[in-house]
Amino acid sequence: MNDAITSARTRPAAGDNSARAFDVERIRADFPILRQRVHGQPLVYLDSAASAQKPRPVIEAMDRVYESAYANVHRGVHYMSQVATDAFEAGREKVARFLNAASSDEIVFTRNATEAFNLMASSFTRAFLKPGDEVLISALEHHANIVPWQLAREQFGIVLKVAPIDDDGNFLLDEFEARLGARTRLVSLTHVSNALGTIVPVAEVVRRAHARDIPVLVDGCQATPHMAVDVRALDVDFYVFTGHKVYGPTGVGVLYGRRELLAEMPPYQGGGEMIASVSYEKTTFKAPPHRFEAGTPPIAEVVGLGAAIDYVSDIGLEHIAAHEAGLRAYAEERLSAVPGLHIVGRARDKAGIISFVMDNAHPHDIGTIIDRAGVAVRTGHHCAEPLMHRLGLTATARASLGLYNTRGDIDALARALHAVAEIFG
Amino acid sequence: MLDDLRDLYQEVILDHGRNPRNLRRPAEANRHARGHNPMCGDSLVVHLTLDPGGIIRDVAFEGKGCAISVASASLMTEVLKGKTRDQATALFRRFHELCTSDEEDDGSSDEAGAVDPDDLDRLRVLSGVRAFPMRVKCATLAWHTMAAAMNGEEEVSTE
Repeated sequence: MNDAITSARTRPAAGDNSARAFDVERIRADFPILRQRVHGQPLVYLDSAASAQKPRPVIEAMDRVYESAYANVHRGVHYMSQVATDAFEAGREKVARFLNAASSDEIVFTRNATEAFNLMASSFTRAFLKPGDEVLISALEHHANIVPWQLAREQFGIVLKVAPIDDDGNFLLDEFEARLGARTRLVSLTHVSNALGTIVPVAEVVRRAHARDIPVLVDGCQATPHMAVDVRALDVDFYVFTGHKVYGPTGVGVLYGRRELLAEMPPYQGGGEMIASVSYEKTTFKAPPHRFEAGTPPIAEVVGLGAAIDYVSDIGLEHIAAHEAGLRAYAEERLSAVPGLHIVGRARDKAGIISFVMDNAHPHDIGTIIDRAGVAVRTGHHCAEPLMHRLGLTATARASLGLYNTRGDIDALARALHAVAEIFG
Repeated sequence: MLDDLRDLYQEVILDHGRNPRNLRRPAEANRHARGHNPMCGDSLVVHLTLDPGGIIRDVAFEGKGCAISVASASLMTEVLKGKTRDQATALFRRFHELCTSDEEDDGSSDEAGAVDPDDLDRLRVLSGVRAFPMRVKCATLAWHTMAAAMNGEEEVSTE
């Protein structure tokens, strides 16, 4: 089966030549793990929203760091330190171009997206919020964009508010706007829901927040693997994503922050790397981004992330989005034919995530049974318990798409789900 | 269906999962605990009616969950009625072993008569979880919760 042609037919991408050049079989050959068998079956990996698999160029770029270009960065005068520093900072430049940031000084490396949110909940709160001031999130958030604000609530006395969704998982712009108040100091919300796939209209959110001079922080973990993101076109003030979901390594996350806002924020952690000078009486700090990068950073991981960005950029995010949109439509059609299956999250605008429940089978039982057919999906609350509660559920099963998935993968999923329906009747 | 899946989802388990026994809250119950499985967000509440002599006069539960956790809770309520605290504890230990270990304990460390072999045989339908280490917590959640209720704890988590 030729997925390149079928996906191009489903939704023609800009420039027919390049759309035809999206060759999923050639892409799959770049991912060594996809040759693995699981329980004797070919691996059908539909859990990229939890963590994406890695293409050979990423694996090799990290190997090259350790084999030929490794030392600590920003430290030594020796050759290897210079080579490693250049490679590390080249990673920062790639991230800046990936997000279309104005400057690489606006790119802060963290351990993961969760750490980026904790950094914001600490440093942004201390810089800009007083007790009683409000942070507005949405009902779609991952725990990483809830719990850090609750910790800040305990520590600094801030108030956490939540903008609602409808039963289909649509973000409600007017309801959101109605919650922007005189004490709202930050809007922090997801670009794409990890549990439902809902795409939030971020540009319009920003327009309405900025009309009241309220900055906006966006969780881009589920957006960056699936669509081109331009932080200046969106006009966001902060943008967070993680390396491992965009086909890069674990251990590296990114916080983009508008330069003038980062400059006002105090450090998150103290230590080496982030200081200008230290004495026992007084320490002065470096300018951003280094102010927020205490200690030895994830050196090989940043290089690996740079390689991942090159990889998806060479293929083209618009072609990846078109491929996944075609697959998602196909998957929703195939899954809707499974007896007793209900898709959860019917938002008008969705990325490559299909959450579902079945009448008589709990998501955990679904996950266990289809795993024996080699099909990997996530089951549970997806680190979004308040969202599950809002929908009256405790858990769903979630199939999430990556650029390497095929219609064959969806067929295997559908076959396995028919078997679940037979067992549980 | 594959053999290990057939072992896990035996008809008895599917039946208890669909039609759990003792899914209720007895008015006279005097020990209650909530058990929580953070991996899936499922939780259930176990209600024990302990008499002054430490005998379990009634045991029931409330909650929703996967077929394994509900079937296990249901089967547990059937075997625990009339047991002493020590018998319940010994049965939990043996049940935990049959869910996790290929080599079942012969019971020689139990007090004589602590574990009725018929009870253990009834619970053996859940031993298929051995092949699914991620699911052992589903099978043992109700038992951990029961033990917490006996010990006067109100919350227990399988983490």
